[in-house]
Amino acid sequence: MNAEKDWRGLLFVAPFLLLYSLILVFPLFRGLWLSLRRVDLFGGGDFIGLGNYARLARDPVFATSLGNTFLVTLMIVPVLTVLALLLALALNNAGRGAALIRGIFFSSAVLSVTIVTLIWRFVLAPDSGLLGEAWKAAGWEPLAFLSAPGLVLPAIALTTIWWSIGLPMLLFLAGLQQIPGDMYEAAALDDASRWRTFLRITLPSLRRTVVLVVMLQTAAQLQIFGQAQLLTAGGPSGASRTAVLFLFETAFGRWELGYASAAAEVLFAIILAVTLAQYWATGRATGGQGGR
Amino acid sequence: MASLELSNVRKAYGETLVLDGVSLTMEAKEFVAFLGPSGSGKSTLLRIIAGLETADAGEVRLDGERIDKLPPGRRGVAMVFQHYALYPHMSVRENMAFGLRNAKVPKAEIEARVAEAARVLEIEPLLDRKPGQMSGGQRQRVAIGRAIVKNPKLFLLDEPLSNLDAALRMRTRVELAQLRQRVDAALIMVTHDQAEAMTLADRIVVMNDRRIQQIGPPMEIYARPANAFVARFVGSPAMTLAAASLVAGEGEYARVRLGDGAEVETRVRRAGLPAEGALQLGLRPEMVGVAAAGAGTTDGKVVLLERLGERTLVYAVLADGLEVIAQDVGDSRLQVGDKVGLRLDGAAAHLFGPDGAAFHPEARA
Repeated sequence: MNAEKDWRGLLFVAPFLLLYSLILVFPLFRGLWLSLRRVDLFGGGDFIGLGNYARLARDPVFATSLGNTFLVTLMIVPVLTVLALLLALALNNAGRGAALIRGIFFSSAVLSVTIVTLIWRFVLAPDSGLLGEAWKAAGWEPLAFLSAPGLVLPAIALTTIWWSIGLPMLLFLAGLQQIPGDMYEAAALDDASRWRTFLRITLPSLRRTVVLVVMLQTAAQLQIFGQAQLLTAGGPSGASRTAVLFLFETAFGRWELGYASAAAEVLFAIILAVTLAQYWATGRATGGQGGR
Repeated sequence: MASLELSNVRKAYGETLVLDGVSLTMEAKEFVAFLGPSGSGKSTLLRIIAGLETADAGEVRLDGERIDKLPPGRRGVAMVFQHYALYPHMSVRENMAFGLRNAKVPKAEIEARVAEAARVLEIEPLLDRKPGQMSGGQRQRVAIGRAIVKNPKLFLLDEPLSNLDAALRMRTRVELAQLRQRVDAALIMVTHDQAEAMTLADRIVVMNDRRIQQIGPPMEIYARPANAFVARFVGSPAMTLAAASLVAGEGEYARVRLGDGAEVETRVRRAGLPAEGALQLGLRPEMVGVAAAGAGTTDGKVVLLERLGERTLVYAVLADGLEVIAQDVGDSRLQVGDKVGLRLDGAAAHLFGPDGAAFHPEARA
């Protein structure tokens, strides 16, 4: 009877399991399998073991694209986290006007990457863009954000921060709402200054949210693609080529599917390692909490 | 010397007036309870004293110094919150030391004060724990400890017992009584539980409907309630208020007739009573005894019995539908549905005027 019961239970989860295997588990292993072969547009392919990985290790273009990805992630995540927190603090408990402003700040998050990059092309264009005009008004030479090798990554970071500030801000707002009001009253009776209240009450209470935001954003920005593809197409001369853009070019430009799969597996391993490392590091820091 | 003085405190939230002309003077080291139903303004008053709310008008003075313009942390008051409001990410020791550190108390003194408070409250083994790792009763003690270490001039306790289970509540009540012996400060406790107020406080401030209804020692509040509200709110079960009309006559004391026709001779002076308007006769359960049907002041039918062990509360309905609560011996033989005689002790009963004002009986010579 027990065996029968188990079998019936399985039926209930079967639809989900089937879909999950089909669109997630299978491609994962298929990718792994592809990465061990030389595969091109005409299919088939020979098994070459770790040959693709060895080639990746020697490929300077891949190394640069990984470096660019790390750099742009480092530019985005800390700034995005701090800005989102500051916005949330400013917009928490601040009446009807704040609700409107919250909506405005979040609205950029619903735009597609195409529209976002279109908007920022206008902003960043040196001759007639918003920033160019501002520079000119200040009497400076306009900066070529999208064609100077040293400026493209900051420009992509800026675009991305503008685009993705909404969700972290909402997460921080939700975290702030969770902090009981009497905690602040107790701090007021303990004569804590505003800064000290922030450092000793608000920030520790938001620790989990900070961890969540940093982890989500790190994982997301390591996969940055659309902005680089649409703003600069990886240029000038690869200065803004990110890992996923490299992957895309390899797979759908040069049709080296096996090689691209190997690059995808490497990126997957890196994201997994970084995320787990963050989880492990912050899990230790936030241990032994909860309850009041 | 007075410790806390409130004069004409007034507070409104938008159109809603929550406190109106509240004045109060507390003695040094006095324990005062603010007692009242929800929405009576008692918590708002406590928060105004603490500085968590600002009064629209009026003054708050502590030890002669005006404090209503000072920030909460500079007023010399400490508060124990209803839900404790301990800082969850700090250990007990840090929770207690936080306020002292902000006040720049020397480190050695902070340690000494925390250690002393922990010893007194018997929470020494908990000092390195976080609030999430403690029971409700332990958190309550830590919250009290956090207030004690500040050596405040005034303790504010917001419903300190409401979050505890019955057994712990009794024990904590005893501890609060001991606390006031140990600390050199005045205490204010907000509560809606009259038993807490009666057992702990030197004086009770009964609040209702934005105003202080009566201020007095517990027994005075019980024996000589200022008005019908206080009479009903203090005492459990509540005082029975029976509609009554004055019987014309010459006697020195008022004689009233109840709805069912029964007449009661009181010891309330006829002279002071209002000339017109309906009166109410106030009877506590201990003023109503039971007798055989026909042998008492009037007759009623038993609708409910509450056997409390040492006594039995008898809920009886009179002929006109009025419910009266009487008191019988612990092993009362009465049954629901029985007809009983009710012996009303008119000499102890109170009278209330149409506006609720109380008229108390004179003591027997």
